[in-house]
Amino acid sequence: MQHHSIDISALNRPQSAGTQEAQTALAVEGLNLFYDEDSQALHDIDLDIQKKRVTAFIGPSGCGKSSLLRCFNRMNDLVDGCKVKGKILLEGENIYAPEVDVAGLRRRIGMVFQKPNPFPKSIYENVAYGLRIQGIRKKRLLDEAVEKSLRSAALWDEVKDRLDDSALGLSGGQQQRLVIARTIAVEPEVLLLDEPASALDPISTLKIEELINELKSRFTIVIVTHNMQQAARVSDMTAFMYMGKLIEFDSTDKLFTNPARKQTEDYITGRYG
Amino acid sequence: MTQQETYKQHISTQFNAELEGVKNHLLEMGGSVERQLNDAIDSMVVMNIDDAQLVIDRDHSINQMEISIDEECSHILARRQPAASDLRLVLAVTKITTDLERVGDEAAKIARQAIRLSETSPSPSNYVEFRHIGSSVLDMLKKVLDAFARLDVELAVEVIKTDRMVDKEFRSAMRSLVTFMMEDPRAIGAVLNEVWALKGLERIGDHTSNIAEHIIYLVRGLDVRHVELEELISQVKESH
Repeated sequence: MQHHSIDISALNRPQSAGTQEAQTALAVEGLNLFYDEDSQALHDIDLDIQKKRVTAFIGPSGCGKSSLLRCFNRMNDLVDGCKVKGKILLEGENIYAPEVDVAGLRRRIGMVFQKPNPFPKSIYENVAYGLRIQGIRKKRLLDEAVEKSLRSAALWDEVKDRLDDSALGLSGGQQQRLVIARTIAVEPEVLLLDEPASALDPISTLKIEELINELKSRFTIVIVTHNMQQAARVSDMTAFMYMGKLIEFDSTDKLFTNPARKQTEDYITGRYG
Repeated sequence: MTQQETYKQHISTQFNAELEGVKNHLLEMGGSVERQLNDAIDSMVVMNIDDAQLVIDRDHSINQMEISIDEECSHILARRQPAASDLRLVLAVTKITTDLERVGDEAAKIARQAIRLSETSPSPSNYVEFRHIGSSVLDMLKKVLDAFARLDVELAVEVIKTDRMVDKEFRSAMRSLVTFMMEDPRAIGAVLNEVWALKGLERIGDHTSNIAEHIIYLVRGLDVRHVELEELISQVKESH
């Protein structure tokens, strides 16, 4: 008979990647966002987005989650009268520093929106678009990058025989995966997803979620979603926001089983409002 | 497609992995509990105090497994909102961990009786009944873990049937041990220790039978707790 002690190491491994120590990709420090003099959208947000993890922002409409997401690639710059105080550090560098090249920043931090927005071009040209802008002309390089991106976006098998067809002929779910392929083709560091599945049917939604799970080995992903269950399914870390404030930020396992704040509990259990 | 594989077919590979993980961890826990029971019975039969002490020392790791698997289950419930067979799997697993943990406790108690018996004079019974019931119960535990791994309802029913036999054998063993006590009052202390250990085995049989019921619930969605054996068998047949 053997008497070595029972090995429970398999049980002690982290339940999900969210509980492991991780490096910071984006650090938000004392961020305040004003759309005009009297309307403040975000109040003193401090939070660290971990590298190669999925971070979800949840909260009721108007809580500031999309505003915060848009701060990460300075989309709010396009809004008249919009003012940002505080810092967002990407790899330690403040993205709101005056010398920052915003186009370059948006190459490093890609974004996908709620409604699929493919360009009215062929499937191939949609994915190759960003690379052409970067000056890549060689057909072989473009072909490789297009295939790689479409494979990564789990779309290759569905479109490989019709790359020259218009992207507008794809279904909504396929268009959204195409947009993700276009975004990752330029190899950004961070992917911002603003309600990426809210216009899709349940199966297409699950495919996008599965895609997010696959992409997190290569990219840092930040997702805004109205769908709490989606946040629970896809994310490692979850931030709950309310009235422009960050109420709670913790591992998704913790936040959805034992939230620290009553406001969070009320929201995720459907007692809010 | 066999029922065993359906939980591997979600669009979300992460969900597949979580369900498979919780299933595998439960089987690991089952394997550890099985070894605890095996060692506890052995330590009693051959009066090996060192082995008995090891069983007692290892009990806390079984408790840890229960906590850790239940935590996994609560995360799956919170994050995935499992439905139908997935939901039954998670519910069954949390119930089975409780029963397995109790089997572990009973094994540790048997090991404590073994140590106590080694300190007094041995029981005059030669542990014939204990050995016999011990091997039945150990066999039940093995079968019930197999039944869980293979989602085998027939095997689960067999375990429940065996438990009824074990209960009968326990009662007859008690009568024979009472005879030993009447024959030689000086042996009462030792025989009583054996009685406690036997009672432990009988309880393990009950927990194993509970696990078999959870498996029937998991596979067929039938709640067969608190149902007479004949009724249970016919319900299982009808649900086919």
